[in-house]
Amino acid sequence: MLDAMNELLAGLPEPAGYLILTVAKILAIVLPIMIGVAYLTFAERKVIGYIQVRVGPNRVGPRGWLQPIADGVKLLFKETIVPTNANKFLFIIAPVLTFAPSIAAWAVVPFDDGLVLTDVDAGLLYILAITSVGVYGVIIAGWASNSKYALLGALRSAAQIVSYEIAMGFALVGVILAAGSLNLTTIVEGQSGSILHWYWLPLLPLFVIYFISGVAETNRAPFDVAEGESEIVAGFHVEYSAMTFSVFFLAEYANMILVSLLTALMFLGGWLSPFQGIPVLEDLFEPVPGIVWLLLKAGFFLFLYLWFRATFPRYRYDQIMRLGWKVFIPITIVWLLVVGVGVVAGIGPWFD
Amino acid sequence: MTFEELVFYFFSAILVFAATMVVFIKKPVHAALYLVLAFFSSAGVWLLLDAEFLAVTLVLVYVGAVMVLFLFVVMMLDINLAPLKEGFARYLPAGILIGLVVLAELAFVFLGDYFGPEQYPNPGHHPADYSNTAELGSKLYTEYFLAFELAAVILLVAIIAAIVLTLRPKRWSKYVSPEEQVSITRKGRVKLVDPKADKD
Repeated sequence: MLDAMNELLAGLPEPAGYLILTVAKILAIVLPIMIGVAYLTFAERKVIGYIQVRVGPNRVGPRGWLQPIADGVKLLFKETIVPTNANKFLFIIAPVLTFAPSIAAWAVVPFDDGLVLTDVDAGLLYILAITSVGVYGVIIAGWASNSKYALLGALRSAAQIVSYEIAMGFALVGVILAAGSLNLTTIVEGQSGSILHWYWLPLLPLFVIYFISGVAETNRAPFDVAEGESEIVAGFHVEYSAMTFSVFFLAEYANMILVSLLTALMFLGGWLSPFQGIPVLEDLFEPVPGIVWLLLKAGFFLFLYLWFRATFPRYRYDQIMRLGWKVFIPITIVWLLVVGVGVVAGIGPWFD
Repeated sequence: MTFEELVFYFFSAILVFAATMVVFIKKPVHAALYLVLAFFSSAGVWLLLDAEFLAVTLVLVYVGAVMVLFLFVVMMLDINLAPLKEGFARYLPAGILIGLVVLAELAFVFLGDYFGPEQYPNPGHHPADYSNTAELGSKLYTEYFLAFELAAVILLVAIIAAIVLTLRPKRWSKYVSPEEQVSITRKGRVKLVDPKADKD
């Protein structure tokens, strides 16, 4: 299909053809994300439903499959209410500021060998930087709402995201050290070999810390004190309704998918087959395209997200801070030294 | 005008606008947000110079962490704006004078013989396989090793000093160590007593 498109666009002048092709590629990434987000909300309600011995949504469409579409349509037709004395411009722009980075980060995510929008050299750094910008939407939303609950939620969220970003960054440094590159494609290629070559084994503490920090960064349960409905109603988005609220919602779920995909890419070998290096099974599963493996692995982490939410009670705020600063950061620093020694000594099969 | 120049002027225009607004806007939170915009645009300009590591780090450190804490503080402050605006006319001549002096000094440096534009020609672009990150790393840890480590030590001193200055002694806070919280048993919490019931 790509070849056909290239031929079609060859007739156009150079910049226009390039522009159209790039926009088409962006759409090919963003549309599946949006559909993924819609059905992730459905999956969340179903999974948590079954965990709590309920059925979950089952009324709209066959077995409830049209539920996310009904939700979307409902949110579209609701009224957007701007609170009195709110800063209108910032109030409206805040959801956009959360949403834009959560989509922009996907620009450097590879889905298969060579299947990536822009294969930049410092891809991992770019993702870390862009996702850290997303916190502004939350802070501005909390401040511009002119509401005490919203402001408290924004402050909690700011402190939490800044704290966990450090642990997350150090976990990423471990991956960079192991792979010797900031490029995501190179990182996945560095794990090639077998399931034991993947970085989850040599970087096990960093793997666990990265995913837990990812849960904290996306403000998901059990770290969702920024929303904390029992004490501050709904936190930073308490004043938001209709489309403005749903944009926050979209951003949160897009970030969840992003964190799951990145964990799969960096620690579980990305699009590499788990049967690599096993004589018979490797050939048997040869025709399965890499993107299927990647999506399966990411799906596992998405399930973990939902599982956490159904299982764990919310952390107390000071305990979240303690976990981030006094537990995760020291562990990551110690493990960075271990990885450094491993890389210098060339310990196989990962670092030779 | 090439596309690159267009991008440069786009980012520069936003940068100059945002920097001006930081100084002139009255609400502190808005000023902080304009500063964020200024950092972001200058990261864009740095990207055009092939300095992708510095550009991304600028966004990561200054936009993603420093300015978040800045906003955090500014949002908590209850600043009365009226006293800030007082004496604007009185200080205006001094302000203009200082501004002109700074401008003159900058002009001396950049229009002089040592730092003029002809001393620093356009470095051009590097080939596609050039890695700014790797280049920076090998330079910092070989040629500029001593300076780099010195800067690290100074930062460490600053961190420790900041912690020591703000550390409160234990008797001021109601902090309970988590070890004690976790190791609590039923015996330590609950004391069952058997009250004698009144007989009458």
